[in-house]
Amino acid sequence: MHIPDGTLSPATFGAAYAAMVPIWVVAGRKLKKTLTARTVPLLAIGAAFSFVIMMFNVPIPFASTGHATGAPLIAILLGPWAATVAVSVALAVQAFLFQDGGLTTLGANCLNMAVIMPFTSYGVYRLIAGRSDAKSARRVIGAGVAGYVGLNIAAVTTGVMLGLQPLIARAADGRPLYFVYGLKLAVPAMAGEHLALFGFVEAAVTAGALAYLARTEPALVVGASQAAAKKGAA
Amino acid sequence: MRAHRLTHRLWIALGLLALLTPLGLWLPQRLKAGDAWGEWGPEQVSRQVGFVPEGMSRSSDRWHAPMPDYAPKGWEKRSLFRLSVAYIGSALIGVAACAALAWALGRWLSRKEKARAA
Repeated sequence: MHIPDGTLSPATFGAAYAAMVPIWVVAGRKLKKTLTARTVPLLAIGAAFSFVIMMFNVPIPFASTGHATGAPLIAILLGPWAATVAVSVALAVQAFLFQDGGLTTLGANCLNMAVIMPFTSYGVYRLIAGRSDAKSARRVIGAGVAGYVGLNIAAVTTGVMLGLQPLIARAADGRPLYFVYGLKLAVPAMAGEHLALFGFVEAAVTAGALAYLARTEPALVVGASQAAAKKGAA
Repeated sequence: MRAHRLTHRLWIALGLLALLTPLGLWLPQRLKAGDAWGEWGPEQVSRQVGFVPEGMSRSSDRWHAPMPDYAPKGWEKRSLFRLSVAYIGSALIGVAACAALAWALGRWLSRKEKARAA
């Protein structure tokens, strides 16, 4: 899902950056209100967790690899805006230090993995978990479904970005300038592998971590949603 | 106090994860998984469709990261053992870089908040 340099046309990666700049600004403002001395280390741990979990590549034999991102888990525990910041930091470090994902495409990758994914996952989780208590099975199920759905929606939006390229950027001879496969191939390919395998990996990571933390750190698990509920009631 | 203990435990968990990362290197190699779908360089695209798209050949190598593919430059053909060591090193460097960057961002954002509240 890490789109490399040379894969998206300037129009596409430019638009993605144009969308990301205000999102980063808003995320910064939201965190300015909610971050405390206690939660700054959690934000740092979130960014580091996202980075390290993405190194666990899971193979589809002879075809492809994929991995969990941690974005759904961070969104559930620290809120979706914190996930935007944490995952953006992880993606930037991957691109700058390890050539994993491009620099021109960093905005696009952030849009997919640091915005669309955590917000989708957060919505799904809140819907299923409601205000159940920390150890409720609803939270674990909600986390699993949130991980699965969030990763797959992001896979589809990545597929759309890739598949649009041959439509909007062609050389004079009609050959594609950047990504070569159209929507009819890119979207099913991206969606297929994530629906079939990688979504379950993200689901297992999200639900497993949540189940563990619900037992050992219930305050962390209900913290984010309680704060949101309080805000709604106020 | 409690919060302190929690973050302490989470850091240890991150360290353990970093030590386990070579799994994410071995399994795909064992099963000949290749690259993630769509994350192809010019050579792979050329192998698939017989040409390198013009825009791609112009812009795919704009940035040269210090440790491409989570290993020092030029290590592509090293043994799996060495690559695994490099992978763990990359994990630790990445964890430290991400944590430092997010920490600095968080400190900056939360400090502003306090200054305004005071």
